[in-house]
Amino acid sequence: MFEIKNLKASLEDEDKQILKGMDLKIGAGEVHAIMGPNGSGKSTTSYVAAGKGGYVVDEGEVLLNGVDLLELEPDERAAQGLFLAFQYPVEIPGVGNMTFLRTAVNSQRKLRGEEELNAAQFLKLVREKAKSLKIDAEMLKRPVNVGFSGGEKKRNEILQMAMLEPKMCILDETDSGLDVDAMKLVSEGVNALRDGKRSFLVITHYQRLLDHIKPDVVHIMADGKIIKSGGPELALEVEHNGYADLLNEVA
Amino acid sequence: MGELKRESAAEALLTRHNAPRPAAAWVESARRAAQARMLAIGAAGRRDEYWRYTNPAALNTAEAPDVEILELEETPVFDGVDKLLITFVDGIYRPDLSDSLSGEHIEITTLEEAFSADIHWAESVFGVLEGNGQSPVSRPFAVLNTALAEQGVVIRATGKVSKPVALRYVRESTRSDVLLHHVIRVESGADLSVLENGAGGARLNTVMEIDVADGGAFHHLRAQGRDHARLATTHMFARLGTESTFKSFTLSVNGKLTRNEVVIDIMGDNTKASVAGASLGDGDFLHDDTIFITHDAVNCESRQVFKKVLKNGATGVFQGKILVQPDAQKTDGYQISQGLLLDDDSNFLAKPELEIYADDVACSHGSTCGAIDENSLFYLMSRGVHRAEAQNMMIVAFLDEAIQEIESEALAEDIRSRLLGWTERHSA
Repeated sequence: MFEIKNLKASLEDEDKQILKGMDLKIGAGEVHAIMGPNGSGKSTTSYVAAGKGGYVVDEGEVLLNGVDLLELEPDERAAQGLFLAFQYPVEIPGVGNMTFLRTAVNSQRKLRGEEELNAAQFLKLVREKAKSLKIDAEMLKRPVNVGFSGGEKKRNEILQMAMLEPKMCILDETDSGLDVDAMKLVSEGVNALRDGKRSFLVITHYQRLLDHIKPDVVHIMADGKIIKSGGPELALEVEHNGYADLLNEVA
Repeated sequence: MGELKRESAAEALLTRHNAPRPAAAWVESARRAAQARMLAIGAAGRRDEYWRYTNPAALNTAEAPDVEILELEETPVFDGVDKLLITFVDGIYRPDLSDSLSGEHIEITTLEEAFSADIHWAESVFGVLEGNGQSPVSRPFAVLNTALAEQGVVIRATGKVSKPVALRYVRESTRSDVLLHHVIRVESGADLSVLENGAGGARLNTVMEIDVADGGAFHHLRAQGRDHARLATTHMFARLGTESTFKSFTLSVNGKLTRNEVVIDIMGDNTKASVAGASLGDGDFLHDDTIFITHDAVNCESRQVFKKVLKNGATGVFQGKILVQPDAQKTDGYQISQGLLLDDDSNFLAKPELEIYADDVACSHGSTCGAIDENSLFYLMSRGVHRAEAQNMMIVAFLDEAIQEIESEALAEDIRSRLLGWTERHSA
């Protein structure tokens, strides 16, 4: 379903390799989590997979249902079914949330050769999904993420995810900046999208999020690659003991 | 340019148009004053402080250049608006292409007709506001216009005028060198909207003098369209009374050289003035907005909001000034000018100026110049939006602060859709 093969990537402006042979395989319907110390390359993995500028891929592949995403523009990757929930959703003054969402939904449908949603169909759908995430209509009228609180921004990410119905979702530190209630709300939003076919990669620093979004597999990442994989108990171990033991174990 | 040369250049300008036909005494006197003013200030030269960024040479030549007329399939802007239409073809009023010059709460005559009559109020506006606006910065093409123009409209609004007056400038001749002069008085408590569009001539010089009495409101919306050969120098001179409102928005697209000057004197307390513009240039085009707002009253607000999107060698110029006189306390002045450069070949030249002599004022100003924000672009694209479309969304978003200055939501939407059309046609 989703596979990262021996991925090596560097920063474009500096001669510095961040990902140093990353391997990851996520089957359909599975939820995987990546934890790891700061600077281990967790966010870089998500950016390189989604096609953000500023990185050079030195080696490797990122495959979604057999298609190498690295050959595609970010919008084409999205149309293939990849979705990245940003750690820091970008504020775009002047671009209306609704206009943006509708353009995104219809651009993807067009790229996939599906019929575009008309205004009424779209409105009905977005209202329905927004309601379950407790996003009010006023928020949808505002420019993208402008004046949104941290929690609102993250809920907006999940709303976009719900509207775009991707096959593979990467959540980059979606729990950062969220209070307990907001984390619960966001997690419920994510769990509602688990349908046995859609896959998730949850990047987080804290085990707490994984109480809400239960992973099948937990990976520990350090210095640009996965150093250990296991069940949910691995996250608990990190929570109690930190990374030091794990890092020593591997070294 | 030396003094002598400037003066002879001014003389040359005064003789390049036909001498105006004799008119009523008050007009003749205003014309004589303008002639003298013209010789005193001289022609515009590259060394002038306010002509450094924009070369006036093409405006100074003896004859208008022979231009190619661009045929557009697009419906003209403001076509769908219920309006009182006044058409000028190559600078000549055309009653056959205009609505009847009458309406509720409004008196309209052509300048030609007004010139042979005694219109008391016009006497205190025609050439007077323009004359006041020559100091401290001279505006030679406006003086030239006062001295020689014979065509235009004279409008007096006496109440809330329901339909906007739409001035449409048609160009048919390839060499017309057009002077249009409009004189407007908005009486106390009256409300008038004026729309302007069209190429007008091979070379177009307009002056609009607007006298807004206490409690009056004046709204102006102008579209300078896609006539690539446009050589235009436009001027607005406004005098604003107590508790009055003045709003002007201009959309400029391409055009060889477009210089829009706006001079506003805020004379009465609690008054609001806004001048805004959005311009788009793709190619060897230049848009220059030169604004001068003087606060001479208490508790007034003024706004200057200019946004320019430039590519393929286009140049955007902004020279904006806020002058706050010693007694103009509680002034709230805002000025923003921003250039969005879509490539490395384009230029945005900005000169924001604040001159403040009062101590209890709030003036904020900013000027920025940059490229499309890559982070935002990636965010939009990561949701499936194509690069070109994402970029277009960001261009329209960039311009939106200026468009928000337009009072009428329907007209603002019209402008937005034109902008979107432009971005789609000019996508990389």
